[in-house]
Amino acid sequence: MRQIFWTLAALASHWRKHPANLATLILGLAIATALWSGVQALNTQARRSYDSAANAFTGGKAQNLVAAQGGLFAQDLFVALRRAGMQVSPILEGSARIGKKTARLIGIEPLTLPHDAGLAPLAGNRSATGMLTGDGLSYAAPETIRDLGVVAGERPVTDAGFKLPPLVVLSEAPPGAIVVDIGVAQKALNRPARLSRMIVAPEARIDEATLRAATDRALRIVEPEEDSDLARLTDSFHLNLTAFGLLAFLVGFFIVHASFGLAFEERLPVLRTLRALGVSARALVTAMLIELSVFTLLAGGAGVIGGYLIAVALLPDVSASLEGLYGAQISGALTLDARWIISALAMAGGGALFAGASGLLKTFNLPVLSVARPVAWREAHRRYLFRQAIFALLSLMIAALASRFADTLEGGFTVIAATLLGVALLLPLALEALLRIGEALSETPLSRWFFADGRQEIAGLSLALMALLLALATNIGVGGMVEGFRRTFIGWLDQRLVAEIYYEAATPHDAREIENWARTDKEIVAILPVWRSKTRIGDWPVEVMGMTPHTTYSDHFPLNAAKPGVWRMLHEEDAALVSEQLARRLKLSPGDSFDLPTTGDSWRLRVAGIFPDYGNPKGQIRLDHTRLAQHFADASGVHYSLRVAHEATTRVMTRLQETFGARIARIVDQAEVKKISTEIFERTFTVTSALNTLTLVVSAIALFASLLTLSNLRLAHVAPVWAIGVTRARLATLELLRILVFAAGAALIAIPLGLFMTWALVDIVNVVAFGWRLPMHIFPRHWLTVFATAQVAALVAGLAPVRRLARTAPAELLKVFANER
Amino acid sequence: MNVRLFALLLILSPVVANAADYGWLGEAAPGYATPKPGAPILFPQDHAAHPGFRTEWWYLTANLTGDDGKSYGAQWTLFRYSLEARDGSGWDNRTAWMGHAAVTSATEHVFAQTMARGGVDLAGVDNPPFRAFIDDWFFEARDAQFTNSRLHARGARFSYTLDLTRYGPFVLQGDKGYSRKAGEGQASHYYSQPFFSVDGAVTIDGKKIHVTGRGWMDREWSSQTMAPDQKGWDWFSLHLASGDRLMLFRLRGAQDYRSGNWIAPDGGVTQLAGEDIVVDPLDHTSLEGRALPTRWRVKVKSRNLDVVAAALNPKSWMGTDFPYWEGPIAVSGSTRGEGYLEMTGY
Amino acid sequence: MTSPVTQNLPLLRVTGLSKSYATPQGPLPVLRGVDLTLKAGETLAMMGESGSGKSTLLHLVGALDDADAGEILLDGANIVRLPESGKATVRRETIGVVFQQFNLIASLTVGENLAFQSRLANRYDPDWMARLTERLGLASLTGRYPEQLSGGQQQRVAIGRALAARPKLLLADEPTGNLDEPTGDAALALTLELVAETGCGFLMVTHSARLAARLQRQATLSAGALTSV
Repeated sequence: MRQIFWTLAALASHWRKHPANLATLILGLAIATALWSGVQALNTQARRSYDSAANAFTGGKAQNLVAAQGGLFAQDLFVALRRAGMQVSPILEGSARIGKKTARLIGIEPLTLPHDAGLAPLAGNRSATGMLTGDGLSYAAPETIRDLGVVAGERPVTDAGFKLPPLVVLSEAPPGAIVVDIGVAQKALNRPARLSRMIVAPEARIDEATLRAATDRALRIVEPEEDSDLARLTDSFHLNLTAFGLLAFLVGFFIVHASFGLAFEERLPVLRTLRALGVSARALVTAMLIELSVFTLLAGGAGVIGGYLIAVALLPDVSASLEGLYGAQISGALTLDARWIISALAMAGGGALFAGASGLLKTFNLPVLSVARPVAWREAHRRYLFRQAIFALLSLMIAALASRFADTLEGGFTVIAATLLGVALLLPLALEALLRIGEALSETPLSRWFFADGRQEIAGLSLALMALLLALATNIGVGGMVEGFRRTFIGWLDQRLVAEIYYEAATPHDAREIENWARTDKEIVAILPVWRSKTRIGDWPVEVMGMTPHTTYSDHFPLNAAKPGVWRMLHEEDAALVSEQLARRLKLSPGDSFDLPTTGDSWRLRVAGIFPDYGNPKGQIRLDHTRLAQHFADASGVHYSLRVAHEATTRVMTRLQETFGARIARIVDQAEVKKISTEIFERTFTVTSALNTLTLVVSAIALFASLLTLSNLRLAHVAPVWAIGVTRARLATLELLRILVFAAGAALIAIPLGLFMTWALVDIVNVVAFGWRLPMHIFPRHWLTVFATAQVAALVAGLAPVRRLARTAPAELLKVFANER
Repeated sequence: MNVRLFALLLILSPVVANAADYGWLGEAAPGYATPKPGAPILFPQDHAAHPGFRTEWWYLTANLTGDDGKSYGAQWTLFRYSLEARDGSGWDNRTAWMGHAAVTSATEHVFAQTMARGGVDLAGVDNPPFRAFIDDWFFEARDAQFTNSRLHARGARFSYTLDLTRYGPFVLQGDKGYSRKAGEGQASHYYSQPFFSVDGAVTIDGKKIHVTGRGWMDREWSSQTMAPDQKGWDWFSLHLASGDRLMLFRLRGAQDYRSGNWIAPDGGVTQLAGEDIVVDPLDHTSLEGRALPTRWRVKVKSRNLDVVAAALNPKSWMGTDFPYWEGPIAVSGSTRGEGYLEMTGY
Repeated sequence: MTSPVTQNLPLLRVTGLSKSYATPQGPLPVLRGVDLTLKAGETLAMMGESGSGKSTLLHLVGALDDADAGEILLDGANIVRLPESGKATVRRETIGVVFQQFNLIASLTVGENLAFQSRLANRYDPDWMARLTERLGLASLTGRYPEQLSGGQQQRVAIGRALAARPKLLLADEPTGNLDEPTGDAALALTLELVAETGCGFLMVTHSARLAARLQRQATLSAGALTSV
């Protein structure tokens, strides 16, 4: 113990003398942990929210009954089913604006709510007493209450002026929802005697025949598994996040590895002395492990806090994009558990151990006496380059191998990761070549020295440069993908959203009346019913939508591929338009046939065309309106688009709302839809860009750390040149220039590597993850930005160490000769 | 006097800490009507609900014999309770309804509970002719005189449909239908119909058995029933071999409060004084962590009645939201008979 | 000195010690059966040309390296057969070494360097430490770092560190090789005084006959064998 203690004291004294080295080590580990654990926190949060949403009423396993044709249905159906002995409980859901926020309002009936529902605390007499006496009660999760900017006990007022019952905290409440009594919900949402669905008590399942006997065809059973698609649909989103977290961790890890490596080299004499003074190898390694654990705790702790902050900062964007893309509600308040903290610390510890492993191993096998023969620098350098080449080759072979499995997300990411790593490992070789060329072309002795000496520096800087290369390539790759997607998406929205007004009637009956009314309105040019139904092909949920023959579609509707005469074919034959993701999944091309499950038999259809459907996690099929109505008895007749003259949009919307009031469930104009879609899009990639930028910052720190620790070693190289008669300022300039040359080299390699990454993301990952292929865009201006960023990063990182060199007192330089350093 | 009142009142309190702790029931109930001695009970009007009172129940127990020769018991109960005195229509209605049903054999005791909000036609009582219902459960008379009626309930493991034929008059319990529950004047309005013959079928776990036997209907309404120190009660309804009927109960408190009525075969009724009644537990059965007396010594001194009442199935536990024990009993000793026992507050 | 047994068991007895190094041209023998004895309080200078094996002998005696054959009885125990951890204990507790390069721990202050080995060996004695520091003329320098000292001062720190744990045997490998002549002479004089004071054995490797003459005994290593004692 004593041995370990004093050894530890001697080892720790190193950091006292080299705080910058310590700082970069801790910082690197902390940042790596923070990025990784931040992403993990986001993923965990999202998954927990899906669970809580899925379990809110049903424990995830109950049937639901909904209106067969969509929309709301009459409460009488609920009474009829109860009176027929079926154990159903009514739900009315809707959204209500409270202040600036939108809350999901859920009306439940406490006395019939199944006891094993996720909202079980609200089932039964006790909550009934609270909800049904006095002012009643509203329930919401603590974070929902916080998000809404209200406090427990308060009575929130909706925009419609309805005063909800006093709020009570209920942690089981679904995120973003306020749970009230069904009667309150009907009033607050202005849906008297109407319901959106019923939950069936799990122990009393209902079969189709019983339901039909009781309600004819008014209701439809939604089996529990249909709702659990959420987790599956969002998987790819989370895998993307995880991949980014891992990449960020990797870059952070490079810093840690570089710092540990340098610390080991610098402490080698001390380690030898300690061994000579009688510290056993085991005690020495134990002391180093203890030191490592302290770093893990310090940096891991800081990383946990940092990860929390990152997650808090990104959560709004993550939840917005998840809600926009998948309709998934994510709780807005981050909940952390011990498991998350432990796993973050484990990641930090694992990273530190892995980064320090070679040092520890070397220490354990350290001969007490240093072998006296001078290490041939050139020999060592050649061996180093050879090793890099071998690993690079291995990595690239893995990439090539993985490309054969590129039809899975894991395969796609493996291709990207292995290629990135392989090319990064080749970087020192490339720099070596670059410097050799420079050396060969040099005329003056100083420039020859400049290049020749640079080669000595490669090994020390290579990890940091590799990190920079990875960050730059990722920046180009992901940036290109996102920007390409943005352009494609916005162009697609313009084509797709041609109609001026979109509305949803409260019931099919209301829809017919609105339709009749609209026919008489002079400003309405066309009424386009977009009836819809749902089905499943295999295990994949598919939306089926109707289209009427109209130039709105034939002139504008974007198609990726189509048979000649696609529109005539759609309306006159058994033909369909299939969304890109569905076509890909079913391996369909225009002209192919497939079977579509309808409410009756399955229906054989030919693919007339394939259309892009960005952002839709489900499959989509477009059918002729009349044929849809024939084959899908349950098609909801409530969705419509209207064509009006652009300037008449507001007038027509106002007239519609004034005439029909609550009979129109939702109405939006084109601008609003575009705005919402674009917002969702932007927020989806906010997270990606944030992680992207963070990664770049981290790599700059890695570079800085390496340069700083190298600067001491550099003295020995620079001093002789200084002694021969080159000024310190000149030398410092050359040093800086060399760093810039390195960064330029990394950036130059990063461009093709980034392009490859864009290609892989667009062509492999996106296709697998989302089912759509984007046109590949190239943005040379972005490359320039990245190149400049690399130079700035190198400049910033190099400036401090180089300034130190420029200001080094001549006496220090002389010591190089006076002293064995 | 039955558990139902307790259960209902229990529901009303937002401060129920323990569903088995019935002691707080002594609270007063402002805004509701109070039972008054001498208030007349009229038929068929009083078969209907009494919304001015806080709580009320319609209750039927039946001692049955199956074609398989075995004994069975059936219970059907509808509770009405007012959540608050203020009331409205639709979902604003402040009445809640609860149904309990059970079928008991020597080896099985299966039960069900269902609840419903008032105001939306999920449960209620029509009269005349009498019809009480909740979900698809019902207790329905064919005529205003209640001559023929039908009873139906269903749970996850059982169902029954029983046809009832009345062969005697309705009987006013307590003092002409005013039933005291404590020395301080807590009371309810209470009448019974102990003269039903029963014919029907019970189904347990898919096995249908034709049954016949005797039924006993209880009706009670009140707003407040127990003295503050009372913890629970033991209630007996007995069909004796002589054709006499006996209802008696004991409220357990600082001092037990005992009361009962002796009903002659022709429906003539005599109220029994507390000191005339002896009810002593003989054996206990351990259920859900409580010890419940499932064999009793019952005496009515003035009638020379001295019998042992033993549960057909000692495990007749009603594990509903407000748990209690209710099941058929067999009577032996100075005379023979059968009946129902209910125990709360253990 | 060949008589195997004296009344006093010698502090150090080396018998038949051999060591060779692997080279691309085959094994290169450095020591070929060296015998050597040193009593407590005795001082011995080991001379020889470069490559004669004197440093190797010192390293073997100092439990810093492994011998191929032979015995080194140090304080009655054969340290050749000791496992790694046993050797470390010997280095820590029985031996003090003064290296040519001083091998001070750059990140520790002079005071910390001086006390380091004694603390490691649990032999830290504040009085002795203070006296030693005083004698070495380092009292005013304990708060400095090695790099802030002159070569002579650094050497004195190394001597102090080696003696702080009161080792039974002090080893020095060209201890004055990095110093100018007057500074080196002074350092050696001080070392000999302290050796006499502590009564430990002292084995010094040097190529200087002038310095060797100041020790009680001299030996010369030539071609891996001890030629004169």
